[in-house]
Amino acid sequence: MARFRFPRPALFAGSGKRSSVLLGLSPLLGGVLDPQGPAASGNAQILLNAVAIMMAIVAPTIVATMVFGWWFRASNKRATYLPNWDYSGRLELIVWGIPLLVVLFLSGVTWIGSHDLDPARPIASPTRPIEVRVVSLDWKWLFIYPEEGVASVNEIALPAGRPAHFSLTSGTVMNGFFVPQLGGMIATMNGMVTQLNLQADRPGDYYGQSTQFSGGGFSDMHFLLRALPPTSFAQWVEDARKSTKILDEDAYLAMAREKAAAPRALYGSIDKALFENIAARRLLVETPETE
Amino acid sequence: MFGKLTWAAIPWDQPIPLFAGAFVVVAALAVLLWIGVKGYFPYLWNEWITSVDHKRIGVMYVLLGLVMLLRGFVDAVMMRTQQAVAYQAPGYLPPHHYDQIFSAHGTIMIFFAAMPIVIGLMNFVVPLQLGARDVAFPTLNSTGFWLTASGALLVNISLVVGEFAQTGWLPYPPLSELPYSPGVGVDYYLWALLISGVGTLMTGINFVTTILKIRAPGMSYMRMSMFCWTALASNMLIVAAFPILTATLIMIVLDRYLGFHFFTNDGGGNMAMFVNLIWAWGHPEVYILVLPAFGVFSEVISTFSGKPLFGYRSMVIATLGICIISFVVWLHHFFTMGAGGDVNAVFGIATSIIAVVTGVKIYNWLFTMYGGRIRYNTPMLWSLGFLVTFVVGGMTGVLLAVPPADFALHNSLFVIAHFHNVIIGGVLFAAFAGVTFWFPKAFGFRLHEGWGVAVFWFTTIGFYVTFFPLYVAGLLGMTRRLQHFDVAAWRPWVLIASAGVAISALGMICQIVQLVVSIRRRAELLDPTGDPWNGRSLEWATASPPPVFNFAFLPQVNDQEPYWAIKQRAIETQHLAAVGEYLPIEMPRNSATGFLTSFFATLTGFGLIWHIWWMVIAGLVAAYAGFVWFAWRDEDEYEIPASEVQRLDGERRRAREEWLAREGNLGGVA
Repeated sequence: MARFRFPRPALFAGSGKRSSVLLGLSPLLGGVLDPQGPAASGNAQILLNAVAIMMAIVAPTIVATMVFGWWFRASNKRATYLPNWDYSGRLELIVWGIPLLVVLFLSGVTWIGSHDLDPARPIASPTRPIEVRVVSLDWKWLFIYPEEGVASVNEIALPAGRPAHFSLTSGTVMNGFFVPQLGGMIATMNGMVTQLNLQADRPGDYYGQSTQFSGGGFSDMHFLLRALPPTSFAQWVEDARKSTKILDEDAYLAMAREKAAAPRALYGSIDKALFENIAARRLLVETPETE
Repeated sequence: MFGKLTWAAIPWDQPIPLFAGAFVVVAALAVLLWIGVKGYFPYLWNEWITSVDHKRIGVMYVLLGLVMLLRGFVDAVMMRTQQAVAYQAPGYLPPHHYDQIFSAHGTIMIFFAAMPIVIGLMNFVVPLQLGARDVAFPTLNSTGFWLTASGALLVNISLVVGEFAQTGWLPYPPLSELPYSPGVGVDYYLWALLISGVGTLMTGINFVTTILKIRAPGMSYMRMSMFCWTALASNMLIVAAFPILTATLIMIVLDRYLGFHFFTNDGGGNMAMFVNLIWAWGHPEVYILVLPAFGVFSEVISTFSGKPLFGYRSMVIATLGICIISFVVWLHHFFTMGAGGDVNAVFGIATSIIAVVTGVKIYNWLFTMYGGRIRYNTPMLWSLGFLVTFVVGGMTGVLLAVPPADFALHNSLFVIAHFHNVIIGGVLFAAFAGVTFWFPKAFGFRLHEGWGVAVFWFTTIGFYVTFFPLYVAGLLGMTRRLQHFDVAAWRPWVLIASAGVAISALGMICQIVQLVVSIRRRAELLDPTGDPWNGRSLEWATASPPPVFNFAFLPQVNDQEPYWAIKQRAIETQHLAAVGEYLPIEMPRNSATGFLTSFFATLTGFGLIWHIWWMVIAGLVAAYAGFVWFAWRDEDEYEIPASEVQRLDGERRRAREEWLAREGNLGGVA
């Protein structure tokens, strides 16, 4: 599908390089300001640009508050007292004009950023994205690789430098899928499929978690995203295929109905229609005996 | 007989809620016993519980809000201490308990602390500023208060009988549906909010009517005080938004009680509809709280700068602008639900437009200070603290309104830091400023200044130390509502935040000390003239505390700052304005309707929560009977004789004449 692309002013052209965003901010390593992929770089860059744009107005306001408050204290006899001064057309113009201009500028950033960094938008790359299906459950993550024919729990492996396309849903309640260093948080919802495109630029282990409170085991709902060099990724898939565990409907329902965190696990073979059946609500996790 | 209610509902095995609950019950019984022994019950019943006087109701609202603020703060302390010890450890609060605490914290702080304080201030101040004798519907006002109290009571009963919701302060389905929340927690939440929500709607209708229809002669819209404007905008938002909340919650009730499928996973339910509906109420709710806060700061900054409010017309336009725009931004609470670039961008931009009109307000307050003679009493300290703090919170808010930034920060502690930054820095600071500012009007003596300053510094520093580390933790990817965590980088920030809560706790203690010290030393803090701050609007034109009828003569308004004009004229002519002939005044009679209806509403709610159907029916019938009994009343007003009016007004005039003599000797402007 053809998409209208806005020109990207250099101001928020994400560099994706670790050092560019994080100069002198080493305590922030590992967070959203330490991006390791294009989506996260874009998010972080826009975040910092927006702060910079707003600081241009916020910082002088704070200073003016302090200066006015100090100078016009009642005990300061040198300050002029203007007991009836309550209107100035010129000042009103500035009062409305400056915030308006700042917000106009920021709105441009918002409009372009919202389209460029829409999680559903594919990442520009010469290589075809790897497909991953994600199902959030109480309280674990299920990742299905339809093309490789394997699946995993609480661990995703991705080839570094190659884009990944995620289709996400929830078998039970709402959750949020988020890897802080890769960006692009997205909700997982029962009966709905959301789309997310990410890429890890460099190999590494990245922390991921649910960001939408989902019940008692929510705090354990984190996962490991392993960005691997292509050969290691192929090896990971091979290892997964060796697993004797089979992910079919029964195995899914058993896992989904057990309301508990789960250790990392790999599945050697999968039911190819499983994700579509979950998303279409053909596999209802809720048992009828609940009240 | 008792539905689902059994002895197992009492948390015998959980010492924390059990002891907390037992402590509250014992304390409440002790207070009741003390009241009984002292013989104060008739006084309480006649002067407060059945009172329809907007000033008394306002005071009760604020009191309820402050007590609930304390309860919500205890929840906050537990959450922060839990996270402080829960690094790679389970901590001392299991998820079942911790999840109730953060749900209760949010619910209590918004619905039963912030809302009552804000509504209480409006109740007390608005009729006085309008130069009115009371609100449009005094008994409705009393009913609204008691229904709010009824909701607060149900939430607090859940501490000892059963459990509270474990879903967060907004019960997102399907988590809040029966398969995932089979207990009574969500039911407590639903019925508490449905009952108090009706009360809030009543308040909204009452105040919109009052402000539109009952103003002193000559007070056109453009002569109303800024607080009245913000109250009008806030109450219009209540009237427009609260029915959405009620309807949404009723849909969950239907799902949970009667097997409907509005938001369920099966039967074609759609939870996204809930998220849309709840935020269509939820975002205006933010402005329901913060607009009156802006009103308080407008009054305080103008009064203590000794100047009229700068750019009054701009302020009015900005207020009404916020009122309208706040209804078209709700989607920014769920940019991450995948609505796509166009939708996200439109709502992001709409949100930042609110920043324009809010920015206008900030500048106008700055220019109100410019050229002033600023007196730094506690209310003004809060205002300055607000200006500095709120712009930071506003900035992080606009940042979160930029969808790509939100994709990195949604539901993180950055969001927590942001909304506490605006709610504490905006609403809570305004609540404290407003309470300090109008306290002498309500009770006839000022609050102790030194302890007030201590409260200000502890609360402000406590806020910064608690929440600025949470901004950082959010940037590090720490999400909200974690009962325990394993990421080492988050830990130092969580620990600093816990230290911040300790500082805030000192502020809370100073708050209580301030109240006690002020009451004990009320003789030296007395406000004999009714105008302790050299005020500008009409509430300062009457005595402190005002007589039940507020004004012996309804003031004639010719100016945007009516009382300032009256004072200037008195100083110029060296005479108070002449009085006409005192006439008897008719005032509404006390009514137990509100209290009784709400009592039965509480029973109904409790019955519904526990499926005790006879109690539901009995409660509903009794509540209905109470209101029919009220409709049948023959006499709804009583007359205050002219001599009594004259006596009360005479006292006030004598005090003002003494003031004028002093002022005349000084020969200058006050």
